[in-house]
Amino acid sequence: MRNYAFTIMLVCSYLAVSQNCKHTLSGKVLDLHDGSILSGATLVVAETESISQTSIDGDYTILGLCENITYSIRILHSSCEIKTFYVKISEDTQRDFKLEHHLEELNEIILEGKAYENNTNTTLENNVSKETLERYSTGALGDALNSLSGVSSLNKGNGIVKPIVNGLHSSRIIMVNNGVRMQDQEWGAEHAPNIDINSVGRLTLVKSASALQYGGDAMGGVIIAEALKVPVKDSLYGKTMASLTSNGRGGVLTSELTKSHSNGWYGTVQGSIKRFGDFEAADYILSNTGLIEQNVSLCLGLNKFNYGIEGYFSFFSSKIGVLRASHLHGAADQVRAFESNTPLIINDFTYNIGAPRQNVKHQLARIKGFKTFENFGTLSLQYDYQQNNRLEFDIRRGDDRDKAAMDLELNTHTLLLDYENDFEHKLDLKSGLMARYQNNFANPNTGVRRLIPDYDKYELGIYLLGNYALNDRWLLEAGARFDYTHLDVYKFYRTSFWEDRNYDVLYPHIVVEDLGTQVLANPNLKFHNASATAGLKYTFKDNYQLFLNYALASRAPNPSELFSEGLHHSGARIELGDLSFNSEVGHKVSATIQRDHDTFSFSINPYVNTISDFIIIEPTKILETIRGNFQVWEYRQTSAQLLGVDIDAAYKFTDKLNFTHQLSIVKGYDRSRNLPLISMPPISTKNEISFEHPKFHNLKLALQSEYVFAQNEYPDNNFEVYVPETETTELLDISSTPSAYHLLNFNSSIDFEITKTSLLTVGLGITNISNTSYRNYLNLQRFYADDLGRNFLLNLKFKY
Amino acid sequence: MKKSIFLIPLLILALIFTGCSDDDTTPEPVNEEELITTMTVTLSPVGGGSDIVLKTVDMDGDGGNEPVITINGVTGNEVSLTVGTSYEGSIELLNESEDPAEDITEEVQAEAEDHQFFYTSSSSLDVTTNYEDEDINEKPIGVYFTLIANAASSGDLTFTLRHEPNKSAAGVATGDITSAGGETDITETFSITIE
Repeated sequence: MRNYAFTIMLVCSYLAVSQNCKHTLSGKVLDLHDGSILSGATLVVAETESISQTSIDGDYTILGLCENITYSIRILHSSCEIKTFYVKISEDTQRDFKLEHHLEELNEIILEGKAYENNTNTTLENNVSKETLERYSTGALGDALNSLSGVSSLNKGNGIVKPIVNGLHSSRIIMVNNGVRMQDQEWGAEHAPNIDINSVGRLTLVKSASALQYGGDAMGGVIIAEALKVPVKDSLYGKTMASLTSNGRGGVLTSELTKSHSNGWYGTVQGSIKRFGDFEAADYILSNTGLIEQNVSLCLGLNKFNYGIEGYFSFFSSKIGVLRASHLHGAADQVRAFESNTPLIINDFTYNIGAPRQNVKHQLARIKGFKTFENFGTLSLQYDYQQNNRLEFDIRRGDDRDKAAMDLELNTHTLLLDYENDFEHKLDLKSGLMARYQNNFANPNTGVRRLIPDYDKYELGIYLLGNYALNDRWLLEAGARFDYTHLDVYKFYRTSFWEDRNYDVLYPHIVVEDLGTQVLANPNLKFHNASATAGLKYTFKDNYQLFLNYALASRAPNPSELFSEGLHHSGARIELGDLSFNSEVGHKVSATIQRDHDTFSFSINPYVNTISDFIIIEPTKILETIRGNFQVWEYRQTSAQLLGVDIDAAYKFTDKLNFTHQLSIVKGYDRSRNLPLISMPPISTKNEISFEHPKFHNLKLALQSEYVFAQNEYPDNNFEVYVPETETTELLDISSTPSAYHLLNFNSSIDFEITKTSLLTVGLGITNISNTSYRNYLNLQRFYADDLGRNFLLNLKFKY
Repeated sequence: MKKSIFLIPLLILALIFTGCSDDDTTPEPVNEEELITTMTVTLSPVGGGSDIVLKTVDMDGDGGNEPVITINGVTGNEVSLTVGTSYEGSIELLNESEDPAEDITEEVQAEAEDHQFFYTSSSSLDVTTNYEDEDINEKPIGVYFTLIANAASSGDLTFTLRHEPNKSAAGVATGDITSAGGETDITETFSITIE
């Protein structure tokens, strides 16, 4: 075999001599992760045995290459893995090579890094940079994600911000925090992810279900938050950041300290505290919208070349006020609130947070170990435990005044076993097993019927993912996953509902106890879900990449879709679930064409997502109760289709002047009834012009324009309400969407070197410069109040 | 050393999985504490005569079955009053889902400044209502009231309890609900004929 190869090489070199051999190959060698230049890298051309090195700017030039020959170029760098690239020469060629880090950040962290950076290879991943995260330090995680194309957010006021990816949210998005899939009652539209934005070092978004290692039910996508990697060397570093805002008259203090040692041990401690009073719209105070957040995270680990262990713990606690004027009883109250242009309750500014409010505590503990076996691969084992406690306080009467109206405790244990091969680079394999146990406990002492019942959930999952590099240009990827879910539920049904739904005929065997007005039932539900992905990546013309991906996702219905049955105060409506639901199955095809270039870069990402048995909630009737009329919303399964395109572009006028553009379009339809889907993000575009002067204290100035169109496609859910006071029947318009709006934001920062190892960054920002009054279709508070007015933000960051 | 690393998570797991063994106890039912199931409006003719009892009952609260309205124990919401008669009125609220039934009227009176009843009549109905009680701020509560049936007429009369109304707003103290604000705790409409 070796002789053959030698002969071929001889023939090749013979041919080469007879051809034009005056071509050059030049370019840069870069770090795969952050694109930083790698100087002093050695490039060995196997065919000619010529050797060249990259300059201090990472540039290299190889001379005397022949036409129509594919050369193999082996690149070595002290801190990277050795990698061989194949390049076919037909003319003078420019080509950048990317290498993966090796020595400084030891093994598993790299493998981990690889797992994180390449969650999927055939879908374009979007990242929120550390800089952007720091800019959103006073906001929520959802605000930072909102800076990516294709992402919008479902808000309840300004404290509760839920990401929407390509039109989908809640249970259709997987949130991963430091390798742990968050189990934080994500099903509710007003339940924001319980992650402290200041603990996140890197935020990655995969806009499809193709990252199967985290789950097979990510119809919308996967959001991955992770801490920054710790280098294996003796060092002590950290940062402290203080941000103050005029709107909300509060701020954030966050601090982080990392100690690492050359023997592989490392530890990080991080904490932050956030405090705001009532926020303000352009013309008035949004009463009871203050918030308090306290977070701590700790990480301790040992990182050796072929084994390691890491423990991580985080505690997240938040108290978020909900606009006082948005708490209503019944449809007639809604009519009054809708008729008013300003909120019905506006009090003086205060830091106090009264009812309604949410108090949420989330604890997460994770321990993970890995070991690399030669000629086999790396095995890792992770156990994590999460506890989520959610208290919701309503406006109540008498002894119940200070008692939570909802008190849920969700405990989750997960065990993960993952394997990753370490064969030569052509075929990468990843597979794993998952076992999870979850218990939800709804405290009966609230004196309010449980919205989410008590349940035990058992899950098992298995996956296999692989990608194969055909050559340097073509990469193929495929994977499959199977999940089994078993729900063991104890739920009290109102007898009237139980009989109305015909459950007494359909499910008599699950009745445990009949209490007259209530029936205790014990449904046992089992779901078998298959998911898969297949895709390809093609690199052409050096800086173009084409991604093509198909993802099949299956999602078991969540507890609120199955078991809701009663008044949901935040929507002033009665919500009814359905016990007979089966899993949603989604097919998403997405393509991305990307050009990565110094002056002009862009990416265009169209997609089609077709989902069968899509679960939606819609109004069905008006119900008369002793408190007046309520609208009844029922969950229903249908066929849905979402189509859209996300566009990103960046143009560099000069070294210092940049322009970036973003456009997101998504359309969603209920195909069985031929209606638009509710709460689809309207078309939005962001354009930013930025100026950078690295030599003058790294000065950065940016002006951003954000234009959000009116959503012109929405279902008509309006209904009529009789108002006794006026003896009239009023149309309650809950469907019409707010008009388009334009916001201008300014952001700036400047660095000052305090000592050789410490740096002070001062940032100043203004959002909504023109103090525009606007309402956002995706803010549940939009019926009652305007969105946020102008805000000045001062940010001081001290790095040491 | 290398192998022992794997033992740590396994040990923790063993501890946790033995810790959460399932005890098959069923959850306890929740008694809706703030639920108002029953509103009874009693109208006693001044100068004698039998009481008129207007009652609405919604045993399962929000959702489920619709409320049942009875007048003097008979299903229906038609009430007849006598021309020129004054009635002393009182309202009782109960949570009958508890045993014994909880008296919500007491709670309302204890938090009088956060509650107010309104009696809204349609324009065709010729009645006059006056509050007969007040809170510590000398603002009306409305558990007790008088109703005068003026000329022969007919129309709707709606009883509404507002929680946290703005009692200082225009007209609220005299029973005009228009600018009262707050949330509706209970509301029921009866059809009145004065003859």
